[in-house]
Amino acid sequence: MTARIGVVTFPGSLDDRDTQRAIRLAGAEPVALWHKDKDLKQVDAVVLCGGFSYGDYLRAGAIARFSPVMGSLIEQAKAGLPVLGICNGFQILTEAHLLPGAMLGNDHLHFICRDQKLRVENAETSWTGDYRQGQEIHIPLKNMDGRYVADEYTLDKLEAEGRVVFRYLDFNPNGSLRDIAGITNEAGNVVGLMPHPEHAVEPLIGTGRTDGLPFFTSILKKLVNA
Amino acid sequence: MARVVVDVMLKPEILDPQGQAVQRALPRLGFEGISDVRQGKRFELEVDGPVDEAALTRIRDLAESFLANTVIEDFTVRVDEVAEADK
Repeated sequence: MTARIGVVTFPGSLDDRDTQRAIRLAGAEPVALWHKDKDLKQVDAVVLCGGFSYGDYLRAGAIARFSPVMGSLIEQAKAGLPVLGICNGFQILTEAHLLPGAMLGNDHLHFICRDQKLRVENAETSWTGDYRQGQEIHIPLKNMDGRYVADEYTLDKLEAEGRVVFRYLDFNPNGSLRDIAGITNEAGNVVGLMPHPEHAVEPLIGTGRTDGLPFFTSILKKLVNA
Repeated sequence: MARVVVDVMLKPEILDPQGQAVQRALPRLGFEGISDVRQGKRFELEVDGPVDEAALTRIRDLAESFLANTVIEDFTVRVDEVAEADK
């Protein structure tokens, strides 16, 4: 038996197919979820993928956060359902207050697309178990609103509790405070990050490495061994 | 019909690169003496029925939960008196 991992498609989602493909390559079964459905189809985990849901109108993720599917997702995430938010998915998770802080426009005001070096700061979340603490990885980054901000108290708390999961290395691409690229909630089941692991799962594309694949093998192992 | 205006601004401690870009353009346009610009959002809500305290409470809830993200933004809610007087 394998794990069933849902991928939500909102109007304006871009990376739902790539995310489904990454899940399949890792050996799990992707399940398409629709923003208008309250039903999560009894999946074992959910990925909120990249894109520009609802055109990023108002604020990135602000409208998606109130879609029917999110009502069920927020409730289940609080009860322990593993959820990964990539890029726009990360923005939706902060807007839904499943993760602290907020995402704002890149400090340089430009869209950015590059291969980004990251350091894995926490290899104990549901989505990072197949990495080593301190491991350096390269995965693509592409966004307009990637600047992670939170107040000093929240930042200190995240650091003290080991909840900064990824940090930008060598170059901070968007002005994120303390070079934060990804964070987790207290329980470690909800993770959000700006870079795109689903674009780095095969040698032929992305960074030419498969540094993103462990996200999907991590969750599979976690679910199958549970 | 009455109009209620919700103004949303980034909190003072949050960097506003858009406002900075506007500010930097001012000297080129011949506008001197403006040391800082912050850019915000204004929402104009046309309300059916009376804008009483109950309606304003609902609009404040809407602003707090949706129009503004209070992690990074402050907001104000006010009735547009000019629009009221035009009726």
